[in-house]
Amino acid sequence: MPVQYENVVEMKGITKEFPGVKALTEVDLEIRPGEVHALVGENGAGKSTIIKILMGVYTKSSGQIRVEGRKVEIKSPLHAQELGLGAVYQDVNLAQHLSVAENFFMGQMPKNKLGMIDYQRMYLETKEIMDSMEIHVDPRIIVGSLSVAQQEMVTIGKMLHRKAKLVIFDEPTALLTNDETEQLFKIIHMLKEKNVGIIYISHRIEEIFHICDRATVLKDGVKVDTVCTRDITESDLISMMVGRDVADMYEIEHEKPGEVILKVENLTRKEAFKNINFEVKKGEIFGLFGLVGSGRTEIVRSIFGADLKEEGNVYLYDEKADFTSPSQGIHAGLALIPENRKEQGIALGLSIATNTNMVAIDKITRFGVINNKKGIEVAEKFREKLRTKAPTVHQLVKNLSGGNQQKVVISKWLAKGSDIFIFDEPTTGVDVGAKMEIYKIFETLIKEGKTIIIISSYLPEVIGLADRMLIMYEGRQMSILQREEFQDEKILRLASGIQ
Amino acid sequence: MSVNTQKKDINRLRLFSGSLKTELFLVIILIILFVVFSTTSDVFFKFDNLKTLLRQTSIYGIVAIGMLFVITSSGIDLSVGSVIGLSGVITAICLSRGLPLPIAIILSLVLSAAVGLVNGALVHDGKVPPFIATMGTMTVVRALIMLITGAKMISGLPKAFKGLAQMNVIGLPFLFVAWFIIILIAWFITKKTVFGRNIFAYGSNKEAARLSGINVRTTIYGVYIFSSVICGIAGILLTARLGNGVPTAGDGYELDAIAAAVVGGASLDGGEGSVIGAVLGAIIMATLRQGGTLLGINSFILEIIIGSLIVIAVLLDKMRKH
Repeated sequence: MPVQYENVVEMKGITKEFPGVKALTEVDLEIRPGEVHALVGENGAGKSTIIKILMGVYTKSSGQIRVEGRKVEIKSPLHAQELGLGAVYQDVNLAQHLSVAENFFMGQMPKNKLGMIDYQRMYLETKEIMDSMEIHVDPRIIVGSLSVAQQEMVTIGKMLHRKAKLVIFDEPTALLTNDETEQLFKIIHMLKEKNVGIIYISHRIEEIFHICDRATVLKDGVKVDTVCTRDITESDLISMMVGRDVADMYEIEHEKPGEVILKVENLTRKEAFKNINFEVKKGEIFGLFGLVGSGRTEIVRSIFGADLKEEGNVYLYDEKADFTSPSQGIHAGLALIPENRKEQGIALGLSIATNTNMVAIDKITRFGVINNKKGIEVAEKFREKLRTKAPTVHQLVKNLSGGNQQKVVISKWLAKGSDIFIFDEPTTGVDVGAKMEIYKIFETLIKEGKTIIIISSYLPEVIGLADRMLIMYEGRQMSILQREEFQDEKILRLASGIQ
Repeated sequence: MSVNTQKKDINRLRLFSGSLKTELFLVIILIILFVVFSTTSDVFFKFDNLKTLLRQTSIYGIVAIGMLFVITSSGIDLSVGSVIGLSGVITAICLSRGLPLPIAIILSLVLSAAVGLVNGALVHDGKVPPFIATMGTMTVVRALIMLITGAKMISGLPKAFKGLAQMNVIGLPFLFVAWFIIILIAWFITKKTVFGRNIFAYGSNKEAARLSGINVRTTIYGVYIFSSVICGIAGILLTARLGNGVPTAGDGYELDAIAAAVVGGASLDGGEGSVIGAVLGAIIMATLRQGGTLLGINSFILEIIIGSLIVIAVLLDKMRKH
């Protein structure tokens, strides 16, 4: 039968209104079979609203949706699945306690003659699909015991099994290592060959140019344009997203580093890292680069006092600084902006003011009594300084965007007046505009004589910002490079364990 | 500029009313209950009856405040009923042997605090889930009471002590005044002290609280000891009211206390809850019981109504928040 439609999915004039807000205005989006189509825009541009409409989570206010040429009204997530639309989210949606095969067949388990579940068939079919993806995972294994990357692959396999016509990838590489990312891209190519349409969402511009054919840019709920990625440059795309010309976003003013203030000697925690040695100078931006799981986070947590180290010493201003609890580290002037904001950085159910004063509560307390008025003033001051977007500091943090939440975490430490700021993956889930603002905060911090340690698995970020960088591989310190020595290839080689 | 400040004021007002909404909603329920009961029963609104109501509510209400602290820290304390029994029995034993009241009180409260200390240690250092830890102490403490008393009531308490429960202070029942003082203290702790703030911070996000330098041990030990000491006080007051040391006293109070806190807007996930809400929750439950009994409603039907009310109140609150 000849193909009678041009697009797998066609959205026309989609508008979505929430009480008081228009999230989308007359947006068009067309996905061709076998195409990888990027959906880009800052946080709040309307990307996730579109996706949620497609996946049946929201219903559109007006507009038309066609799937394979047929007009449809997507009523529920289940309906979306039946239409052949599927999504891979960064936080994987699988039943963690069930096996791979059980996840594949959830809701449609095959039965044998006796009316019992036909496990043999389930395992066989699951294995076939996983093999076709060149992923070698036992169908009987419990999903919870797999790595994030493997779980992502299982989700994709599940969609293949359900014969999805359109697969949406929402920040799929956020938690993957470079190798795993490559593997994912291979699988995306395979999906392309099967004529599956793909929507790809990522904050990593480089990836979009690497893998996507076309890109639709959204800004403030309106479609800016749909472009072929061949025809434009990265900075063109960013300008379209933010609506202004962007110079190099990593271009910040550096300070001349002063004396050594943090010294780490033979730091060891056997499970996580071994024999780590480095020095950080005052006013410096010191990078810690390595793949996820290479021990970067664990090192700073040990320095900070959040985890215990086994061997080695830490010196702050030439004094021994072997901290066994975060409060000791904080007292000595360390600040940790942790990698997992929602789980470690911030209390989502509490207000901006309460979060801002969480560390430096003693500054607004007299004789054990909190001065709430003063607390609000402090929060207000940092809200203005960091330009956190919120109507008042009484706003609950859960109602803020990722970038603004991150600013609240930072203001917590600014209120404390810490000296050494440790940023662990500071820009995950943060849009381009807010990213640049966070880098501006870096500039302000070092200008004020503070010191920064930044951990990132996003190479352009560390290369762009750091004065020096320590590279880790599987708990080992590979090298410390000066800014002049920063080269993508060299760094990646070291981070993969090749000297 | 003035438009801007006006806007700010409106926002502030809106947020203020937002935080008060649960309480407002509870006050409305309470008013409805009062109207219904006063029109259907001619004794309900009598001063004497209201005083009895306050006396009865007070002890539950005190326990509910301790429970509120624990729930806000994302824990739960099932041992409250047993601690009430323990403290009551210890007070009764002391007094019946002729020891002075202050010593009896101190001894009861110290032993109550010890139970809280064990709970705190199990939850913080032992990493035992609060439900299990406090279920354990609930069972053990109740059994200890039975062993100490031989499961027999302790009588022969001094008249002056029994009189406490009937005493009035500036025209109000002493029990209610005691509750009121505890409400004030608890309100002050949640709003104005670092310990109070830390309970919310820890309840809302444990790891963020720890990485922010909050002393997690003090916070957890603090809430469980606070809850137990509060129950110790409730136990002494209950003994005065009953006139005897009753080994089974306080049995089942944990569920009423949890209900009061939750009806009052506290979330079992932690990080959310208010003292005023828990107080209103306790008053509503007691009013239903008292009013229903006065009206001669079948007690089983009354329990059906109360059980439904708990669920409906929480359902409505959830719907309002989303």
